[in-house]
Order: sequence, then structure tokens, then C-alpha cells
Amino acid sequence: MPPILELKGITKRFPGVLANDHIDIKLEKGEILALLGENGAGKTTLMNILYGLYKPDEGEIFINGAKVEISSPIDAIRSGIGMVHQHFMLIPVFTVTENVMLGEEYTRPGGFLDRNKAADRIRELSETYKLNVNPDDLVENLPVGLQQRVEIIKLLFRNADILIMDEPTAVLTPQEVDELFNILKKLVEKGKSIIFITHKLREVMECADRIEVIRSGKVVGATTPAEASPEKLATMMVGREVDLITDKKPGDLRETVLTVDKLCVRDFHSHVVVDDVTFELHGGEILGIAGVQGNGQTELVRALTGLKTPFSGKIIISEKDVSRSSPRRITELGSAHIPEDRQKDGLILASSIAENLVLNTYFHRPFSNGIILERLAIDENANELVRKFDIRTPGIKTLVHSLSGGNQQKVIIAREFSRPIKLLIASQPTRGLDVGSIEYIHSRIIEKRDEGCAVLLVSTELDEIMQLSDRIAVMFRGKIITIVKANAVTKEELGLIMAGVTPTINKKKIENTQAREIIT
Amino acid sequence: MKNKKNSDDKRNFISIFYEELSNSSLTIIILSIISGFIMGGILVILTSPEVYKAFGTSFLSGISTSWKIVANTYSSLFLGALGDPAKIGAAIQSGDSALIQKAFTPFLESLVVTTPYLFTGVAVALGFRAGLFNIGAEGQVLVGAIAAGWAGWTFTGLSPWIHVPLAMLVGALAGGLWGFVPGFLKVRTGAHEVITTIMMNYVAYYLIYYLISSPLRDPNEVTPKTPWILDSAHLYRFFPEPIRFHLGFFIAIAVAILVWFILFKTTWGFEIRSVGLNPNASKYAGMNITLVTVAAMALSGAIAGMAGASEILGVTWRQSQALASGYGFDSIALALLAQNHPLGVILTALLFGLLRSGSRVMQLRAGTPIYIINILQSFIILFIAAPAIIRTIYRLKKQSVKEVSTSTISFSAKK
Repeated sequence: MPPILELKGITKRFPGVLANDHIDIKLEKGEILALLGENGAGKTTLMNILYGLYKPDEGEIFINGAKVEISSPIDAIRSGIGMVHQHFMLIPVFTVTENVMLGEEYTRPGGFLDRNKAADRIRELSETYKLNVNPDDLVENLPVGLQQRVEIIKLLFRNADILIMDEPTAVLTPQEVDELFNILKKLVEKGKSIIFITHKLREVMECADRIEVIRSGKVVGATTPAEASPEKLATMMVGREVDLITDKKPGDLRETVLTVDKLCVRDFHSHVVVDDVTFELHGGEILGIAGVQGNGQTELVRALTGLKTPFSGKIIISEKDVSRSSPRRITELGSAHIPEDRQKDGLILASSIAENLVLNTYFHRPFSNGIILERLAIDENANELVRKFDIRTPGIKTLVHSLSGGNQQKVIIAREFSRPIKLLIASQPTRGLDVGSIEYIHSRIIEKRDEGCAVLLVSTELDEIMQLSDRIAVMFRGKIITIVKANAVTKEELGLIMAGVTPTINKKKIENTQAREIIT
Repeated sequence: MKNKKNSDDKRNFISIFYEELSNSSLTIIILSIISGFIMGGILVILTSPEVYKAFGTSFLSGISTSWKIVANTYSSLFLGALGDPAKIGAAIQSGDSALIQKAFTPFLESLVVTTPYLFTGVAVALGFRAGLFNIGAEGQVLVGAIAAGWAGWTFTGLSPWIHVPLAMLVGALAGGLWGFVPGFLKVRTGAHEVITTIMMNYVAYYLIYYLISSPLRDPNEVTPKTPWILDSAHLYRFFPEPIRFHLGFFIAIAVAILVWFILFKTTWGFEIRSVGLNPNASKYAGMNITLVTVAAMALSGAIAGMAGASEILGVTWRQSQALASGYGFDSIALALLAQNHPLGVILTALLFGLLRSGSRVMQLRAGTPIYIINILQSFIILFIAAPAIIRTIYRLKKQSVKEVSTSTISFSAKK
């Protein structure tokens, strides 16, 4: 029996780049094939070719052994190929049913929409694959994980047999990731075939049947989770040895840099989102804030950086009360910030690298005399930082939106780390980045700590928190449930606390560490 | 939260539109202008009864009549805008300064029409740079004019050196106030400036209608008109009557250069551009986006107000009921055509000024209605806003690299 999908010799050139170089891939019926590769390796280009968004320069596509010509998404859907994009293609104000039937409308005689029939079909699909989606919900009210399932239903509704998932876990919480994997397993059980695009090693090991690794547009290896190890996969993916565990000396504690005292923050609807949070952060240590997305971390960071005025409580940076200070005053006190959403909050995508690198220092010498900008100094600074932080770009005048995610993040890091700072607040500093960039950013953060900088690391990636932090605070429903020494707790214990289970098993241990902390 | 998301989406629509415009290269702009003229020509042919008559007799005479009509239309437009090259040549040879002035009159008159376009074009471009869609230039022009006029006839016994700047300043302040209000409403209440500036236009229309029909009316006039401004408030005219070319043109050029300098060479301009491109990141970087928004809107209004001031102080010398200028609305198109670059506005304002000024002669000589110019301008903007049309017609190759990068933009916009 021929494979359900076969790509032979797919080649795609963009000006100056060979995005896909004679790629051969087979997908058997009923399997999950993971396509593993760094950002920019050519995974997405390949899938866009398969989905008819790009036309390959060379190569052939076979479905069930028959050659097919795919020149538009409509052809792809007709051939039974469906794609869940990294960024969902949903209309927020429509219901699930309306979103699903869009483009594939059921009608009653006379051209009227038959929502009920569509809704029944969705219920049936949801039942079969255990998706738990209610067809009458408005999409904008659904959490991200459910929105993704709506996307999956869209494909099933169109009778897709081959499902392409483009970085499906990038937007999910750890729990949602587990649920997604269960759904994927259910789907293959029922005879669907899945191509799973990712750069996350752990996920590949957990859910794939087979793994194909792509690097610089070429397939560089094929393996299975049973044969592979994360280290081996990382090496294949990056093309050199990678340290998955960042080395870190014990920290050298210094004076208190940040004090947060009984901080409360309320949201637009006056709901308490940060609830009575108290902690201290010293120079030379990394305090990790763990927690499932949406438990007040975002608001905590917004309050600490001056973007949101706290409802009550105090924030003290270097002995100055900044609870009601502007973002400008806080950065001027020596606080740096890597925002959670780099494209929205950290960069001006349509501006040059040079301008982005002085986004919060442009009013200082030597970049200006307060009124007139000094182009030469700004460009010189950019050239120096591009070199020093290894930002891969054709030039300093290049617009930031044409850089890869990892290089965009390097621009932010270069900007924040190149000024004298005492406090670093890093929110999701490696979200959506490839292994190489993650390694780089982690080592830079530890370097800053070793220089005596106080680091507050907010991340939903437990691995990241465990690797970098000296102490770990867990946030749940706006409260800090506990603060523990990083080496005194296991990942499983943290996972339980994050889920809101009161730590009973190790209560004693935690109390001990807290007691130790009070002494130190 | 929901409201915030919606307003983000609206911004995205405008920013996507703007992005399309600014991505278009110079080739596309030039081809759009040429295509605009071609479409205008086709329209002239289609609306001329003579053409149909000629086609009735023979195909050949139909073609030749069409050609004649288009040629006549555009040559009249050209003569009206720039003057008659033959006459100019002859006048220069004769060396008679009166003749030379006469020969250059059409061109100088075009510059008179260009002047308000310069101010309003720069005003709208500045707004766009700050992420603000100032549709209120029309109203800002009107209040600027009446305020400058009031200063022009009220203060007596001043030297022109004081009176002219004073009247210009009063006009700019009035326009600035008209821009400040929408800016203030935007940052305080979230009211979208597109809506509020349109509303402010109506307020301006009827306020001025009221002012010139009663409190500021010249009692000696039958129809509602303001008094004449004093001689000391006249903007200097470089040539004797009837040439109206005045100092305002150079003030407008200076303003364009000044705004360019502010936008690209100063910290304040850096803030304006940053806020316009990404208010979130600007706020993170510690910029005061409230202040930047309000100030940019007020400054935009002030510059539009100067357009009105320069019209009343340099050209009309009084305000009558003939109010609707259209400058404010045309300026949106010409700012977009200039890709919101203040120096580019100098070129596009000149283009619009020449078209508007030449169209009067065109109507007289060729009998083609003035409105054809509006259609022509609309086509140019349409082509620039939809570059795919131009790319297809002229078989321009779209760069694939750009294709990739624009898709990333749309992804990030969706987020």
C-alpha cells in the first residue's frame, strides 16, 4: 500500500535563499510525523507548498500513490489536506458553528444557512474525537486551547485525512499541550494522519511516531522517539553540540534591589488579578515566577514596569518607591525589561534595527543632545551591538520585521543589556524561539546575574524556570503560593502547586527552605 | 478589554492600508500618475458627444476626434497650469518685464493654489506619522482663516512685521485648537479621531457661517462677508496686480522642511514616529503617548490652520460665504501620495496645485468639466492604494522577499 502522502524532491528558492532543497518525505496512514527544525529551517515553507500557498520550483506530490497538482488551498482541501496555522484563522465574533461552516456552508432550500445541521455535525465530530467543543459558543469567549480545537474541527468538517499542525503548542499552556496530544492520538487512532511541525524536543519525544529533522532546507535525518534522545535531536537540528542544560555557578547574593510589598493590582473590571504579593529580590540572583498563563504574572510585570498603576501596596526599586512612577522613571533607575510579546510591546517592527536599539535611550547623550538626534552615534551604537550580540542581519538599517524571531529577541536583549542595569525583568524571554537562540539567551541572562544584576524571570515553561532560577515563586490566581529554593523542589511538585494543589507532601521541606531564607 | 481589542483592529485596518501605500516604490507612484491621466483621457472621450457623432460617420474620424479632444484637454490643462511656452520664450527674448510677468502668470497662479495644499498636506502627513487619521484639515483651515482674518482687521496701527506673524499665529492657534480637541478626546475617552475630526468639520462650517452672517459681518455689505483685513496684515505679494503670488508659498515650504526636520532629526520626531508605528512598544520604552498624541494632533491642526491664514492674508483678504475649499480633503490624498513624507508633500502639493489651477483654463478652452481633475486624482490614489493593479498592467515583478515579509506582518497584526 502506498503512503498516504509522499513528497519527492521538493525544492523552493527565494531570492538569495534556498528554502527547500530536494526534500523527500513520506507520511504513512495513521501516524504522527514530527517535522523538527529550527526557525527558518524551511518547515513552514514546505508546508505552505503542500497547502498550495507557494508553488514549488521543482518536485512532485503524491497522495495515495497518485500524483497531484496543488496550486491553491482549495486544491489542498479537495485532496484531503488540512492545516492548522500557528496563528488561528478564526473570526472572534462568530460562533463556533459559523466559523466552521465558513466556506463550506450548509444551506436550506432558498439559500438560507442551515446552522442546525452544521451544529449537529460539529457535535458529532466533537463526540467522536473527544474534542469537547460546544458549537454555539462565541469564539472570542473560548480559551486558546479550545480555539485550536475549533480549527481542528474545521478540518474534520471538510473531511481532511492529512492534518498539518504548524507549531501547535506555541500558544498553549502545559495542560493544554497534554490535552492536545491526547486529541492527536485519538485522531490517528481513527485513521487520520498528522504532520506536526515543531522545534520543541520534548514534544517530539512525547507524541511523534516518526521524526524527520530539517536543517537549512534539507532533511538531515530521520529517527523515532525510541531511538533518539533530546541531545541527539538538538545536535541534528542545530548542526553542532548544544548544551541543553545551562551551566550555572551558585549565585553571589548582594543587596536588595527590588522589594514588592503587599501588592494588589486590579484589572479593567476591578477584579483582583494580583493579590497581596510580597517578595524581595537581591542583586546576583534569579527569581523565577512559575505559573500557568493567566494567573496574574502579566499584570504583576505590568505593575513592576510602571505600565499599570497598582491598586495598593508598594514597589521599591533601589530604595525608591516607584509604585506610581512612569515607565520612563523606572527604566532610568536601572531597570530593564524583556516583554512577554516582543512584537507588540518590545519592538517597532516597521522601524530599523538602529532605531529600535535606542528606543529607550534616544534622549540621552550620545544619541541626542536632548533635542537633535545624533545619527552617527545611533548608527555606531547599532553596528557595535549587532556585532557584540551577534544579530544576524544584512545591515543596521534593515527593518526589524524582516528578522527571524530569535534575532528580534536579540535586538531587545542588546538594547536592554547595553545600558547599566541593576534589575532585569524578563517575561517569557524564549517563547517561540529555537534551541540555538534559547541557549544564547539563557547564557546571557545568567551572565547578567553573575555581574550582580537582580533578575526576575517570568515563564510558563517549567524547564526554563527550573534551569535558570535560584529561587522559584509559584503564582496561582494572583497570589504567590510559595517561594522555594530551586534545588529543593522537583518539577512534579512545582506542577502540582501550579495547578493549585496545596503543597502538603513537601510542606516541611518548603517550610525549612523558607526558614533558611529568612535567616539569610 | 474587548473595546481595546476592537480599537486595535481598527488601527490595523488603517495601518495595513498605510503599509500598502508606503510599500509602493517610486515606480508605482509614477506609473499610477500616468495611468490616472490615461483613465482621465478615456473618460473625457467617453463623455464627449462629438466622439459618438464622429464614430457615426467613420471609425477613422472617430479615432482622430477622440485624439483631438484628449490632446486639447490636456494641452489646455498644461497651458493653464504652467503657461504657454511659446509666450514665455517670446517674453524672455523681448526682455520686457511686464510681458515676462504676464507670461509666467499661470504658473505663479498655480503656486498660489499650491500653497494651501502644502500646509494641509504636511498637516495630514504629520498626523499619519503619529498614527492619527486627521480628516479634520478642512475645518482646521476654515477656523484658521477666520481667526487670522479677525486678527487682520481688529488690531490697528501695527507694523506689517508684527501684524502678519501675529495673524498667522492666531490662525495657527485656532487650527491647533481644532486639532487639540479630537486629540484630547482620543486619549481621554478613546473616541476615534476619524469620527471626531469629521464632527469638528461640521462645527467649523456652521460656526463660521454664523460668525460671518452676524457678529463678524461687515455692516456695509449686502451679502454676509467679513470686513477687509488691514493692509498691514497682507502677506507680501511679489508682483503687481493681478498676480497674487505671495509670501505664504515660502512659509509653507519652510513649514514642510521644518516638519521634516522635526520628524527625522529630533527626539520629539522619533517619539512621534515610534508612537505612530507601535504605541504599545513606545509606551514600554517610556514615551508619553498621551502627550505625543495630543501634541501631534494639535500641531497638525495648527499647520492646517496656517493654510487658512495664508489664504485670507495672502489671497482673499476677507472671508465670504464661499466656504467649502476642498483643500482639507484633497490633502489626505496628496499626503498618502507623498507617503507621508513632508518633503514628498512639496512635490505632490505642486502636482495637485497645477492640476487644480490648470483645470480652470481647461474648462474654458476645451470645455472639459473641472471635475475630471477630481476623477483623475481619485484614479491616481486608487492605483497607489491597490498596487496589484499597476503591477499587473505594467507586468512589474513583485519581489518574493517582500511577499514573505508582508505575510509576517499580517500574522503579527492578527495577533
